Amino acid sequence: MAVTAMDVYKLLPKTNCAKCGEASCMAFATKLVDMETDIELCTQLEADEFDKLADLLAPAVREITIGKGTKAMIVGGDEVLYRYELTYYNQTPLVIDISDDMDEAAFDERVKEIEEIQFERIGELLTLDGIALRNRSGDALKFKEAAEKLKSSSRALVLCSFDADSMKAALEVVGDERPLIYGATENNIEEMAALSLEYDCPIALFVPNDLEKMKELSRTLRAKGITDIVLDPGTYVNTGIGDTLDNFIMIRRLAVDERDEDFRFPIMGVPALTWLNTAEDEVNTAIKEATIAATLINKYADIMIIHGTEIWELIPVLTLRQSIFTDPRKPQAVDAGVYEIGELNEDSPVALTTNFALTYYTVEGDLKSGKANSYLLVLDTVGRAVDVAVAGGQFNGKSVADLIKESGIENIVKTRKMIIPGLAAPISGEIEDDTGWEVVVGPRDSSALADFLKEKV
Amino acid sequence: MDKITQLLKLLENTDTIELNEFRMDFEELELYLMPAIQQVVQQAATVKEAIPTEEFKPPIHNYSGEVAEVQLGAGSRKHVFLGGQKALYRFEEPQPNPPVVTFDVFDIPMPGLPRPIREHFEDVMEHPGDWAKKVVKDFGANMVTIHLIGTGPKVMDKTPREAAADIEEVLQAVDVPLVIGASGDPQKDPVILEAAAAAAEDERCLLASANLDLDYRKVVKAAVDYNHAVLSWAITDINMQKTLNRYLMKEGLTQNDIVMDPTTCALGYGIEFSIDVMTRTRLAALKGDTDLQMPMSSGTTNAWGSREAWMKKEEWGPTDYRGPIWEIVTGLTLMLCGVDIFMMLHPQSVKMLREIGETFTKEYMTTEVPDISNWITQLE
Repeated sequence: MAVTAMDVYKLLPKTNCAKCGEASCMAFATKLVDMETDIELCTQLEADEFDKLADLLAPAVREITIGKGTKAMIVGGDEVLYRYELTYYNQTPLVIDISDDMDEAAFDERVKEIEEIQFERIGELLTLDGIALRNRSGDALKFKEAAEKLKSSSRALVLCSFDADSMKAALEVVGDERPLIYGATENNIEEMAALSLEYDCPIALFVPNDLEKMKELSRTLRAKGITDIVLDPGTYVNTGIGDTLDNFIMIRRLAVDERDEDFRFPIMGVPALTWLNTAEDEVNTAIKEATIAATLINKYADIMIIHGTEIWELIPVLTLRQSIFTDPRKPQAVDAGVYEIGELNEDSPVALTTNFALTYYTVEGDLKSGKANSYLLVLDTVGRAVDVAVAGGQFNGKSVADLIKESGIENIVKTRKMIIPGLAAPISGEIEDDTGWEVVVGPRDSSALADFLKEKV
Repeated sequence: MDKITQLLKLLENTDTIELNEFRMDFEELELYLMPAIQQVVQQAATVKEAIPTEEFKPPIHNYSGEVAEVQLGAGSRKHVFLGGQKALYRFEEPQPNPPVVTFDVFDIPMPGLPRPIREHFEDVMEHPGDWAKKVVKDFGANMVTIHLIGTGPKVMDKTPREAAADIEEVLQAVDVPLVIGASGDPQKDPVILEAAAAAAEDERCLLASANLDLDYRKVVKAAVDYNHAVLSWAITDINMQKTLNRYLMKEGLTQNDIVMDPTTCALGYGIEFSIDVMTRTRLAALKGDTDLQMPMSSGTTNAWGSREAWMKKEEWGPTDYRGPIWEIVTGLTLMLCGVDIFMMLHPQSVKMLREIGETFTKEYMTTEVPDISNWITQLE
């Protein structure tokens, strides 16, 4: 099923002209398969070959843009069922709902909240991506007015109404911003499809728990020449989550394994439905919503509508998204060696950590925010965290001794004393023996390291 | 027979048959359709589908291998079964056994436990028996993990005899199966596990763990001698896992006596490595790799080591909620990769995980679902 570099190479000019920046056509083909370059860079392709190649290289799941310019969200584009096979593309946008019948102050407050929520992790600022305007009032004019207000927001839009008149009214004011039309159902598909074509906007197809019907309606949309479709097979949050998972997985399997044209589209999950007739209090409902969001992000949701905006609910979802979408082909590691934090001299303390990117950035961040002055020795553990590297044998006396030698730290400082992570305590003796340095076992979590350096060293 | 011939004649030019006001009463009914009728009916069906829609077919795969089933609990214990999957997803074939949660209990009061957990167990932490009783009675634990942390040379250096006494206390207190963990000291663990295994003879506990850093032969021997299963622990490395499993089977265990722990990296702390290893392990099992066909375990409690779970920080919101969610999302993610048994700490996390896990044994489209067709206007 997967396209190989050889399949691609056959369609290339095979002249090795190198104008694309690669040494040979074969090298270019390899990069194309890994989606690390663009076919447009090949200047010698005939139009005919270009189309064939574009078709061959099209991802299993269509990539769709919602919104424009700085507001754009890119959804879909996936090529595989499991991340280890390649990588997942385009982090699942998190879209927060807002309803058109809120009073003005509350409406503005919520928009502001959505725009301002952020959480920093491993040097990356994690934020929310879009706003889903719900036509809760059922009134076309109200929907239009609310849509107009959202024009000034910095986030992409999803317009939620099953009423074609309301949808049209809203599109009249924001139709040029490429909002996602949500959505077409069995009952309104003709009218909604016409709007999608008229305004050139992507459209979501909502067919709860009926893939047979979904396939049929997807076909209907495709037959009209609509190419940017998002599939919502319904999100059930209680025992129905089993069906929802099945539906999501089946859609993705049909797209990737069987290239079923009716299902080669991004999938939408709506964890916000957790709040529909919930029997639980707010805290428990929010915990449940985060759970549903995590479930769906794990199994192929390409875009999600969420209701809760509590930061403690969103942090785990944002973190999971960041983790799942890291590229497994690139080691999450920083270079080993000596790093300098703060103002240093030859009597400055020396702390030790691993080169797992998350570990390194966490320790670095903690030392900086704690205003510590310290050398940081970074050990090559092939990108593994402290406890994992200790258990796995990459973090041991000998490897630390080698690091001391190769880094030249003994020429930089006079001290022969090192603070090691608390989680490396079991090998403290071994490190002392192999390096000849005095070893001090530091805290288990680096949030306490800056104070530890000031008080104990 | 005449009637049938007439009927066939009638059907000749018919695409579909509609029955009106039809009623049948019977005690027992056997239907034999003559091939001729079958053919006509099939033809009618074909004609109906000649419209240019393409039929929807669920993408069901055939798997050449299956996951072994491991029984935990015997003798005076209830029985719990892990594994036994013949397919990856329930729409292909529902899992025979739902994922199981085992609650962590310790042989010492564990001063380091985060507050949201301590507050549930403050009254029972002095006695592992009481602690175990509470997790079973109040929180419906299917199983209990007793961690013999106190046997660590740098903790309390409890003797194998003391460890055996703790095991006896827990065995007396509850009737669910036990996971028995030691302190993580490669020299002492096998000795402790041996003493614990003897104290729990024929109760079929899970001994945690055997790994390449300790005398796994001793652990296997204890399991074989006293009828227990063994947790086979590798560090996010599928090849290490294969090797270890092979060694364990060479020493006398079968697939049905082993549970694998491929290592749980917590959410935000390398969970993607665990996702990849567990996914590949389960796929290998279903493809027929006999070295990897055992059920999988997750030390989900690792989630509590993440600072997002426990660190006080105003702008992140209350730890009371952050901790349980961190444990839920960590466990849940790995449950979706095929993990069969979860070692957990917080009652609410356990409840949420179980709710989703229990759907794994049900057939597709057999549960009642609410009408969500008007969610846009109905949602508050």
